[in-house]
Amino acid sequence: MTAVRSAGTPGHQLPPGQLPRLVAPGAPLGLPAHAARYGPLPVQPAGPADQAQLIAAVERAGLTGRGGAAFPMARKMRAVTAAAARSGRGRRRGAAVVVANGAESEPASGKDAILLRQSPHLVLDGIALAAAAVGAATAYLCVDGADPARAGLLVAAVAERQQAGLPGPAARVVELAGGYVASEESALVNFLNGGRAVPVYVPPRPFERGVGGQPTLVSNVETLAHLALIARYGPDWFATVGTRAAPGSALVTVGGAVSRPGVYEIGLGLPAGELIELAGGAAEPLQAILAGGYFGGWLPLPGAAAVPVSPPGLRSAGASFGAGVMVAVPAACCGLAETARVLRYLAGQSAGQCGPCTFGLPAIADALAHIAWQGRDERAAEWLSSLLPLVDKRGACHLPDGAVALVASALRVFAADLRQHLTRGPCPAAARPPVLPIPRAPGPPPAGGRPRTAGGQP
Amino acid sequence: MNRVLRVNPIACDAHGVCADLLPEMVTLDPWGYPVIAPGPVPAELDEHARRAVASCPTLALRLEQQRPAGRTS
Repeated sequence: MTAVRSAGTPGHQLPPGQLPRLVAPGAPLGLPAHAARYGPLPVQPAGPADQAQLIAAVERAGLTGRGGAAFPMARKMRAVTAAAARSGRGRRRGAAVVVANGAESEPASGKDAILLRQSPHLVLDGIALAAAAVGAATAYLCVDGADPARAGLLVAAVAERQQAGLPGPAARVVELAGGYVASEESALVNFLNGGRAVPVYVPPRPFERGVGGQPTLVSNVETLAHLALIARYGPDWFATVGTRAAPGSALVTVGGAVSRPGVYEIGLGLPAGELIELAGGAAEPLQAILAGGYFGGWLPLPGAAAVPVSPPGLRSAGASFGAGVMVAVPAACCGLAETARVLRYLAGQSAGQCGPCTFGLPAIADALAHIAWQGRDERAAEWLSSLLPLVDKRGACHLPDGAVALVASALRVFAADLRQHLTRGPCPAAARPPVLPIPRAPGPPPAGGRPRTAGGQP
Repeated sequence: MNRVLRVNPIACDAHGVCADLLPEMVTLDPWGYPVIAPGPVPAELDEHARRAVASCPTLALRLEQQRPAGRTS
């Protein structure tokens, strides 16, 4: 018996090379409409050979994580499978756990919310397939608790699948309280284990010992949705969009001064300038794009218009793909002031666990705010630059590293503005209202309490 | 056998004992938290490194086998 077919069911395959794949326009897809668009879920009770087959297909497809780190999905799945086997329980189904991460704590990102609303069953297919591949009997779907309707709709979708007799564990939908670091992988696992949603010191990493002490696959919801398409249509179909270095498609959230801000599905490698056009073009003259979210970096315009929007493309340009966030910032605003506001926000998001982050991020935020809104201080940039290596890579999670990368890129890209601030004082644009969204949300979640499960089976 | 010093940044409370006992490899940042020199512990410092690890009041300092870098997140 073949548990996971790589080939699609004739008549159902989405046309190769065509977008969108993940989010169909129109009303959200219920189970019948989902089955009509994508075809049946190719998963049945699986043995070890079938598990390996899906993971091999994911590897050939070149699927990388869409939650921010762009880690190869197949390698992650193999690590979980191997850890489950090492623990001596690998032959038994249910030795591992799957956690689908849809909490989307990146303030400028909206793609996971759109995906979960429009194509919930594609994500749930991905959870079922991933569970079969790594041998998990338990699955969680973590979502942002700020939207009270979201979890309810997903619980209903899970119930709809159970009634239809679809295979795979019934995913337990868990609402997560906000906070930038709450959806970091180790924080999610800690939360599901009954702790606070704050990062913990690794190792052991979640793939070794995660939820309930079991090897745990933590994956972004969009990555799982791609997995559901690769299992249906195969790796060659997946790679009919994108580039050789970055195959496939991705959801990107385009914000800022564009005519039609929103979530777009692109073939990876689309030039940044064409992405701006896709979003209706510039609404006013632009000076830069913040790529990759608040752990990302600045791309100067028009110079960076040709930069490929993909993890390798943006990395070579000194930014990052992150969770697919691209915010266009107009020429009439101050990039240093924008960055300073983000740093203040990030400093407030520190869980306060690691000294260099607890003390270093506020110091960096102060130094940058001083440059942005006071200036006329030649030594301010030197002071700021001296703080960065004292914070970089010195926390349990990536918050300090991400914040430092963003500041370093601002100092590089806005070097001319920086000179002016240091010598003549802040530019008038520094007083403009912010372009980058800064949530009012409080910092990390308070201590205590088991996670609130919105539904699913116990 | 290559061993490296690692600090658990969550457990560390900036007591600074490590910098006293192993100044060759540990300096303190402006807030009193240890900054560890990169690379394996030289053989001649091994004894001092072990004493620093044993003396850490919060058991935040560890000697670990050098493991290949790489995170899965």
